[in-house]
Amino acid sequence: MSDEKKLAIIATKGSLDWAYPPFILASTAAALGYETQIFFTFYGLQLLKKNLDLKVTSVGNPAMPMPMPVPVLMQTLPGMQGMMTSMMKKKMKSKGVASVDELRELCMEAEVKMIACQMTVDLFDMPTNEFIDGIEYGGAATFFEFAGESDICLYI
Amino acid sequence: MASFDAELDASGLNCPLPILKAKKALAGIDSGQVLHIIATDPGAIKDFEAFAKQTGNDLLESKEEGGKFYFLLKKS
Repeated sequence: MSDEKKLAIIATKGSLDWAYPPFILASTAAALGYETQIFFTFYGLQLLKKNLDLKVTSVGNPAMPMPMPVPVLMQTLPGMQGMMTSMMKKKMKSKGVASVDELRELCMEAEVKMIACQMTVDLFDMPTNEFIDGIEYGGAATFFEFAGESDICLYI
Repeated sequence: MASFDAELDASGLNCPLPILKAKKALAGIDSGQVLHIIATDPGAIKDFEAFAKQTGNDLLESKEEGGKFYFLLKKS
């Protein structure tokens, strides 16, 4: 259908917090009737792994709300990242925020097309059997084929 | 309250889950039938208005009662 609105997203980040915007927007757009594609490049490729092991860190992110103030030097100690990740996941669950797995599944169900950047896969020697099924591989030109006709294009 | 044909309880779920689940629930009913949605996400009021507007489904009712939000959505 050519009268269908189109949304093109480039997902470049692979942390737990940054995994949300592409999947929330893509799944919602699909529900609103948009034809949607996400192009995963660089660290964004982590979002396509079968076993998602995404983490969040407060280091370098002074805007992250903390239950109590923690000096920056302390934030870099071993175990802190794991602790913050589990606290964030707990908080999200208690507030009824979907998991990244769940949102990604909803995107797949809604036929959001997911494209992995071939160059990044080669660059980091990422084994393709670690990625979920149903994705495609392509490069910048592949992205522009869809993005050039999109109504909305986001770089996340 | 007006009658409805199907019900979706999205209580406790946050954005964008109420909308996504409503979309799925709508797929399971016929054109002209009404879906009753219960939500606790305060963002749902504006979101269901926007959803109805963009998808062409008719938002017959939107109300708050005792901290919960109730919507009646008629499938186009």
